[in-house]
Amino acid sequence: MLKDVTLGQFLPGVSPIHRLDPRAKILFLIALIVFIFITSNYISLALVAAFIVALVFMTRIPVKMYLKSMKMILFIVLFTGIINLFYGRGEPLVKIGFLQITEAGINNAVFVAVRIAVLILASSMLTFTTSPTDLTDALERLLKPLTVFHIKVHEIAMMMTIALRFVPTLLEETDKIMSAQKARGADMESGNLIKRIKALIPVLIPLFVSAFRRAEELATAMECRCYQGGSGRTRMKRLHFGKADLYGLAACLLVLCGVIICNIFLPATVR
Amino acid sequence: MNVIETENLSFVYGQGTPFEKTANDRLNIQIKEGEFVGIIGHTGSGKSTLVQMLNGLIKPTSGTIRLEGTDIWQSPKEIRKIRFKVGLVFQYPEYQLFEETVEKDIAYGPRNMGLSEGDIRERVISAARFSGLRSELLSKSPFDLSGGEKRRAAIAGVIAMDPDVLILDEPTAGLDPAGRDVLLAQISQYHKERKNTVLLVSHSMEDIAKTADRILVMNRGRAEMLEDTRTVFSRGEELEKMGLRVPQITKIMSGLQKRGFDVPSGILTVEQAAGVLAAYRGRSV
Repeated sequence: MLKDVTLGQFLPGVSPIHRLDPRAKILFLIALIVFIFITSNYISLALVAAFIVALVFMTRIPVKMYLKSMKMILFIVLFTGIINLFYGRGEPLVKIGFLQITEAGINNAVFVAVRIAVLILASSMLTFTTSPTDLTDALERLLKPLTVFHIKVHEIAMMMTIALRFVPTLLEETDKIMSAQKARGADMESGNLIKRIKALIPVLIPLFVSAFRRAEELATAMECRCYQGGSGRTRMKRLHFGKADLYGLAACLLVLCGVIICNIFLPATVR
Repeated sequence: MNVIETENLSFVYGQGTPFEKTANDRLNIQIKEGEFVGIIGHTGSGKSTLVQMLNGLIKPTSGTIRLEGTDIWQSPKEIRKIRFKVGLVFQYPEYQLFEETVEKDIAYGPRNMGLSEGDIRERVISAARFSGLRSELLSKSPFDLSGGEKRRAAIAGVIAMDPDVLILDEPTAGLDPAGRDVLLAQISQYHKERKNTVLLVSHSMEDIAKTADRILVMNRGRAEMLEDTRTVFSRGEELEKMGLRVPQITKIMSGLQKRGFDVPSGILTVEQAAGVLAAYRGRSV
């Protein structure tokens, strides 16, 4: 049951997208998000969406996985879409009481829904194709300039790595403790809300105890290996900005040009 | 009479995904009432999956488990009752302790059964005695106990449910030699006094040789043997092929036998061997 969480899951592979430099991937993701929000008509929206869908197919990860991660936010997409439906100005097409649907409203709804959907698609593409360690490494590198403001970038990245590293471990542990308490007759499936929350206490307490124990053990192990934070630390795996990343950059620039041209030469459907 | 009976019992992890793995493959096992059965097998041979199926924690992919003649999944809503009848002590059970006091923690199972306070109290005390927990520890916090004491407290938590079948998954893992001997003796004692069925999963052939009447040998999800302890340990070569071994003393004695000494086969403990060797010396002088 707990293993069905797909958001933020890494799926190893050898596709061109997997092999991109993680720093480039983060920057491309940011770029794509910007693109999707500067589009102002259907043609440019379709262009960006098509680009992202093409990338999705390039990852060679089953489309089923993407759909699974979309399922979790389907509600948000529908909710914001429907709210936007009633927020357009102009001549009402349909009137239901004080609510009115206008053409602008429909346009808004479609844009918002597609934007959020594509946003999730693009971000799950990043997490599906990039291992958590690569991701935090890349973040550390990208945020390095912030050290000027005395922000401990390395320490933050290290904390993120550790947190991500322990997600599966703690999930497995939760499963184990739940089984152990069920073996002692714990009933977690029936009763009202308060009863169910109470039934979780025998799971949560051992889980916290073991999380603290693990944290302490990890801290000791790190100290034993003379870990002392970021200064002067070298890396075994150095990130490398290569040819593939250049191609990616070129593709992104092309799409950007396309979006700008569409925006200039075609009438805007949303503002 | 058979207390547990399985018929073509199989379990497949992640069915329909690329990670599909058969953990148990068509097991047909009969366990008699009041028996002490040892379960041995290489890591990943399906022991843990089997014991979790036996008390209804995981549902078999196919096949049936009968407890005292009735299918345990006959009415899935009543599965908790099966868990009270088949008590399962997990590996490293001390990580499941959560209550303020040891007494309350041991009482968790009986309380879930809906017993009266008086009965609960009685069961806690007798369970603590069976698992060798000193009574002054009952009012302490479980987190203040030593590792061995925590283990005992957790085992007592399952014994307190007074299950017809008690399953222990590697109860001695991580204990020091003295601690494991005492714990094993206590489990044997419990078995003798309550006369209920005990299933013991262990990697230590010595532990199994000391306690079990019969042994179930698991290999790659299949039940390879289910026979009495002597018979199983006389098939040392087959066991070694499965990544298992026989107790060291059994190996020594069968080595002596091969070299032409007139000693009986199927010696399981050092005490037996000492007796046999003393008799042998008496004869040869």
